[in-house]
Amino acid sequence: MASEPTGGLTEYIQHHLQHLTPHTSEGGFWAVHLDSITVSLALGVLFCLWFWLKARKATAGVPGKGQAFVEIVLEFVDGQVKDVFHGDRRVLGPLALTVFVWVFLMNAMDLLPVDLLPWITEKFGVGHFRAVPTADINMTFAMSLTVFVLIIFYSFKAKGAGGYMHELFTAPFGKHPLLWIPNFLLNMVELASKPVSLAMRLFGNMYAGELVFMLIAGLFSAGAGLAGWALYGAGVIGYTVWGIFHILIISIQAFIFMVLTIVYISMAHDHH
Amino acid sequence: MNFNATLIGEMISFAILIWFSVHFIWPHINKAIEDRQIKIAEGLNAAERAHAELKSADVKVAGEIKQARQQASEIIDKAQQQANQIIEKARAEAIAEINRLKASAQDDIASMAQRARDQLREQVGALAVAGASKIVQREVDASTHKALLDQLAAEI
Repeated sequence: MASEPTGGLTEYIQHHLQHLTPHTSEGGFWAVHLDSITVSLALGVLFCLWFWLKARKATAGVPGKGQAFVEIVLEFVDGQVKDVFHGDRRVLGPLALTVFVWVFLMNAMDLLPVDLLPWITEKFGVGHFRAVPTADINMTFAMSLTVFVLIIFYSFKAKGAGGYMHELFTAPFGKHPLLWIPNFLLNMVELASKPVSLAMRLFGNMYAGELVFMLIAGLFSAGAGLAGWALYGAGVIGYTVWGIFHILIISIQAFIFMVLTIVYISMAHDHH
Repeated sequence: MNFNATLIGEMISFAILIWFSVHFIWPHINKAIEDRQIKIAEGLNAAERAHAELKSADVKVAGEIKQARQQASEIIDKAQQQANQIIEKARAEAIAEINRLKASAQDDIASMAQRARDQLREQVGALAVAGASKIVQREVDASTHKALLDQLAAEI
């Protein structure tokens, strides 16, 4: 151990913060983060398969443990939707479930040792690999912009084009023509702030969490000799404590993302 | 990038994390799952019990309804019999009363007719005597009228 000098920490972290991108598209807007896409897709498929299998074999009788777990998750999400949104839950319920479980699974990648997946991928000749899709701002914005599109869609659907336009120009200040512009500007800010806050909150939490993991991981190679061993032990303890704390964070972030999605979409249904 | 003891340290932490989850997080989830299973099993059992109870109650109710219907028809039969008896008795009494009234009325009629006849006879006798005395004042031949008077008295 202690094979790297302390100065290597910056390099270590910088290395870890690099996404896996094909060389052909490196740098530009069309760069593709293959690691985020692979992991998120794999977890999405995992979620779908898991819940689909349990749903397919669901019985009306006493459920098995797997079914009971899926039911608890489903009931929890449905309860949240029911509390906020008083309409047809056939779309919003599954949407909230998908958001919650998928975000949770992606966040949970943070709990894997930060060097584990890169170590495995390096065996296959892939140098950079970031395991947490939600620590990639592209991923969080992808989800929040999808929610944004749904907000717009449901606003039109619930109020009609005329009604929505009327609301954009007359709420919240009033109908006076002089107030049309301020109303519209305020509504635009409000509208734009939704996907931004949704994406930035999740990204910030996950990115910071990952960074803390990396900083603690730096302790593993921070010293030499006896001090090195002491730091190594501190690293193990710190890493574990942060990991345990992080279980809370990933659950809360997944929950917040879901609840805000529900709130925003149910707000799109409300008439002012 | 060279991998080193960093990964091993992380793996140790990860192992501790898994241990932590197994001991402090999963039991709660597992308990929720088992509670739910128990609740569902109890609910299903209760439903089944209620179903069975309902069935036996249905049978009991059907039996009681049958019995009640039988009793009711018995009561109705008895009531009809009683009513018939009462009607018969009343009719008999009425007929007896009618006969009694008829008999007394006939008696009355008969005694009144007798009385009227007696009176008439008296008056006719008086009239005959009066008529006879007038005739006697004018014609002194009593023998001529004696036969007439006798005949009259006999006719009356």
